[in-house]
Amino acid sequence: MSEVAEAPVLMPAKRRAAQLAMLAFAVVIVMAAYANVGLALDGQIPAGMLTYGLGLGGLMLAAYLVLAKFAPWADPLILPLVTLVNGLGLVMIYRLENSGSKLQAGASATQQIIMTGIGVVLFAVTLIVLRDQRMLQRMTYTAGLIGVLLLISPLIPGLGKEINGARIWIGFGPATIQPAEFAKIALVIFFAGYLVAKRDVLALAGRRLLFIDLPRARDLGPVLITWGVSIGVLVLQKDLGSSLLLFGGFVIMLYVATQRTSWVLIGVLLFVGGAWLAGQLFSHVGDRFDVWLDPGNQAYYDRPFGGSFQIMQGLFGLGAGGVMGTGLGQGHPELIPLAFSDFIFPATGEEIGLTGLMALLMIYALIVQRGLRTSLAARDPFSKLLAGGLSFTLAWQVFIIVGGVTNLIPLTGLVTPFMSQGGSALLANWILIALLVRMSDAARQPPPQAIQNEGMTQVFQR
Amino acid sequence: MNGTLKRVAVACLAMFALLMVNVNVLQAVRAEGLSSDARNTRNYYDRYAVERGRITAGGKVILAQSREQKNSDFRFVREYPEGKLYAHVTGFFSPESASQIEASRNKLLDGSSADLLLRRSIDLFTGEPTRGANVDVTINPKAQKAAYDALRESGKRGAVVALDPKTGAILAMVSLPTYDPAELSGTDKGTVFKRYDELAADKSQPLLNRNIDRTYPPGSTFKVVTAAAFLEDDPSRDGQTVVDAPQVLDLPNTTAGLPNYGGAACGAGQVPLVFALEKSCNTPFGKIGMELGYERMEEQAEKFGMGTQIGIPMSVAKSSFGAKEDQAAVAQASIGQRSNQMTPLQMAMIAAGIANDGKVMKPYLVNKVTDAKGDSIEEAKPEELTEAVSSDTAGKLRQMMVSVVQNGTANLAQIPGVEVGGKTGTAETADGKPPHAWFISFAPAENPKVAVAIIVESGAANVGAEATGGHTAAPIGKAVMEAVLNK
Repeated sequence: MSEVAEAPVLMPAKRRAAQLAMLAFAVVIVMAAYANVGLALDGQIPAGMLTYGLGLGGLMLAAYLVLAKFAPWADPLILPLVTLVNGLGLVMIYRLENSGSKLQAGASATQQIIMTGIGVVLFAVTLIVLRDQRMLQRMTYTAGLIGVLLLISPLIPGLGKEINGARIWIGFGPATIQPAEFAKIALVIFFAGYLVAKRDVLALAGRRLLFIDLPRARDLGPVLITWGVSIGVLVLQKDLGSSLLLFGGFVIMLYVATQRTSWVLIGVLLFVGGAWLAGQLFSHVGDRFDVWLDPGNQAYYDRPFGGSFQIMQGLFGLGAGGVMGTGLGQGHPELIPLAFSDFIFPATGEEIGLTGLMALLMIYALIVQRGLRTSLAARDPFSKLLAGGLSFTLAWQVFIIVGGVTNLIPLTGLVTPFMSQGGSALLANWILIALLVRMSDAARQPPPQAIQNEGMTQVFQR
Repeated sequence: MNGTLKRVAVACLAMFALLMVNVNVLQAVRAEGLSSDARNTRNYYDRYAVERGRITAGGKVILAQSREQKNSDFRFVREYPEGKLYAHVTGFFSPESASQIEASRNKLLDGSSADLLLRRSIDLFTGEPTRGANVDVTINPKAQKAAYDALRESGKRGAVVALDPKTGAILAMVSLPTYDPAELSGTDKGTVFKRYDELAADKSQPLLNRNIDRTYPPGSTFKVVTAAAFLEDDPSRDGQTVVDAPQVLDLPNTTAGLPNYGGAACGAGQVPLVFALEKSCNTPFGKIGMELGYERMEEQAEKFGMGTQIGIPMSVAKSSFGAKEDQAAVAQASIGQRSNQMTPLQMAMIAAGIANDGKVMKPYLVNKVTDAKGDSIEEAKPEELTEAVSSDTAGKLRQMMVSVVQNGTANLAQIPGVEVGGKTGTAETADGKPPHAWFISFAPAENPKVAVAIIVESGAANVGAEATGGHTAAPIGKAVMEAVLNK
C-alpha cells in the first residue's frame, strides 16, 4: 500500500463561493437556452420559464447546501457541470415536446424535471447517509448480489415488463424502472471492493501460460462469475449497450487494480471474440455491424427494423446544423426518431452546431477529469479504484452512445448521461455523482495533523 | 495504482478526442453532403422556411411571390398571380424540384447565394430574418399577353419568343399548351407529384418550354440564312441578283427532284433573289446551298449562333444545320428541311441579328437582381454573341425581308406606318401530320425594337393557298410587334 504513504496532491481551498457562482451561471445559461427555444418556437418567452428556472435553481441550491454541509471539501466543479448538462437536456426535451411531432410523443419535460428533482434528493441522501465511502467496502459482496439481482429482475415473470421489444424494465403499477442502470453502480462497487482485497494475489500468484500470467481460478472465480452472469443476462435482454458498458468498466478496473497490461489484451480478445460470436448468433447484432459500415446504403435505410433510418436522420441533423447550428428551436431535430432519449446528442448538435457540441463534449470530459483527479488524490486503494471505475464508466458511456449515434462505432442503445429523458438513468447517475463528490471531499480534506507531543498517536477524522 | 490510473485518464482523453474529431468530420467536412442528401427531409421544410424573393416583369408586374402563413409547418408558400401566362418564364417551385427561373436563379431567390453574403451578415447582426433576392425579368408584360392571346386563338400548340435585337433581352416567351405553376408549387407532396406525373405523361407536353427545350425543322424561314451565305460569298450580289429557279431542282444521285411548294413554277426560271424570297421558292435556295457547299452553309449557320451553348439562364437546346451528308441533303437543309433543326429562340436570334446590322446579341431573360433591401446584386449587360453577317449584307437582307412583308407571303404581318421585315415558313414533318407554320420578323426595319419567332405546330394546311406559315403565324407576330411598339 505504498500509495497511501505518498503525499496526496491537495487543493487546500474549499472554493465554495466559486462553486456557488458557477452553479448560478449554469442555471442562467439553461434559462437563456429555454428563453431561446420559446422565442424561436412561438415568438415569445415561454410562460413557464420563471417556474422552470426557479425550480432548477432551487433544486441546485438545495444540492449545494447539502454538499456544503456534508462534503465541504468536495470538488467545486462537478456539481455546476452536471447541472449544466442536465439543464440543457431539459431544454432539448422541452423543445422536442413542443415540436408537435408524433415521433416525439414520448417527450415530457415535466416528467424529466420531476426526475431531476428526485435525482437531486437521492444525491443529497447519498451524501448525508454515506459519510465515508469506505462503508461501501464492507458491503462488497452485498453490492455484487444486489447488482446481479437487479440485472435479472426484468426476467422474473410478473415483475419484468417488455417495452419496445427489450425486456429491461420492471414495473410497480404505473411506475417503471430500468434496474440495469442501478446495477451498473452496484457492480462497480463490487468490483472495486473485491479487486482491492484480492489484487495482490491476482497480480502475483498464478501460473504463466505462454506470455500471459494467469491468476488462480479461485481468486478470479467470483469476479468472472459475476461478470459472466451480468453479460449473459444483458445479452439475453438484448441490451447491448449496457453489456458493453459493464464489460469495459470491468476490464479497466482489473487493469488498474493489478497493473497488468495483459488484462487489457485478454479483455480486448474476449470482446472481439464475443462480438464476433454475437454477430453470428444474433441477427440483430449482425445488423448493427452492417449498418455501421455503410449507413447510407439504401437497402439498410429502407429496412423497417434494425436499419439505418434512425442513425441517418441523426447524421442529417448534424449535417444540417453545420458549424454554427440552426439555433435552438430553429432546426428540425423532431425528425430524428427518439431524439429525446438515445438520439438527444445529434438532436442537440443540429441546433447548437459543432461549436456547441465541442463545448458539450468538453463539459463531459471535465466531469470525467474531475472524477479521475479525485481518484488520483484518494488516500485509500478502495476509493481510488471506485472513483477511477465510476469516472471511466461515465466516460465509456458517453463514448459508447455518442460514438454510436455519430457512427464512430456500431450503435448500441444507451442513454446520454444526464441529457436523455429516462428516470432510472438520471437517478442512477445522480447517485454516481454523489459518490464522486463524497470521495473528492475525502481526498481534498487536509490530512489529519499529527499531535506533536503525543509521539506516534494519530487522530483520524471521520 | 496512480500509474495505471494515469493511463486510464489518457484513454479517456483519447475517447473524447475521437468523439470530437468525429463530430468535426460530420459537421464541418461532411455537413454539405449530409444536409443535401435527397433523403434529408429537412430540405423539404427549409424550402419553405425563408421568404423567397419575388419574380417580377418590367419591375412592376409580380409573377411569383412568397406569402407567409401562420401556424403551419410551412412558413412561406409560393404564389403565381399571373398563373399560366408566365409558366414557362417563372417555372414552378415544387417540394423537391423547380424549373425555369425558379430553378436557375434558386440560390439568389432563397438568399443562399454567395453574392448575398454581405446582406446575410448584416441581417445576422440586425437580427432580421434572411430574405431572398428579387429577380426582375426582361419580359414586356404587354408583349407577353399579346403573344399568349394570339397563339391561344390559333387553338394549336406552339411557341412565341420576342427579342430586343439591340440587346438580346427576351421580351416575350410563350409556349402552349401550358400549365398553372401553382398546381406544382404546393407543399403537399402527394398532390403535387400526382399532378406533375399527369402533366409529364400528357402527350401535348405542357411542361416543355418549346422556345428553348426542343427543336423543329425551320422550313422556309431558314432561307434567310441561305440568302445571307449567298450575299456574303460575293459582296457585289444583292436582292436584284438573278438566280436560277427551275420548276424542279434535280438532286444529284437521287431519282427525286426538289420541287417548289405545291409543284408551282417560280417566275420564268430566272428570277431576282428578292423575288425568290418573297414567293419562298424552293429551287433557287436549294441550288444556292449546293453551290456554296455544306461547309459554307454550316459556317453561316454557326455565325448566327447555332451550336453555341447558350444559357438565358436556362440552358437552350442546341440547334443544328445537320450532319454532313450528300449534296441532296445540303439542298434540302438549305430550305430548312432534312436534319436541319432549330429552336424558336435560335430563329428569333437570326431575325434579331439581321435587324441589328448583322450582330447577334446574346439572349437573356434576367434583367436585374436586387436584394430584399433594393440594393442591386446583378444587372444584365448586353453582350454580342457573334457577328453573323456584315452590316452591308444585313442591310440587303433587311430590304428583302421588308419586301417579303410588303409584296410576298407575309403580307398579314403588315403594320400601318411601320416598316416590318419578315419571312414565313412551312416545315414538313416526318410523321405525315400537317406541316408546322413558322414566322420570323423584326420591326421597325431601320431602327429595330423587336424581333420575333413564332412556330405553330401543325399550323399550316397540307394544301391550298392559305397553307403557308404566312396565314397562321404571321398575324401572331404582328400582334406581338404591335404590343412592343405600342401600336
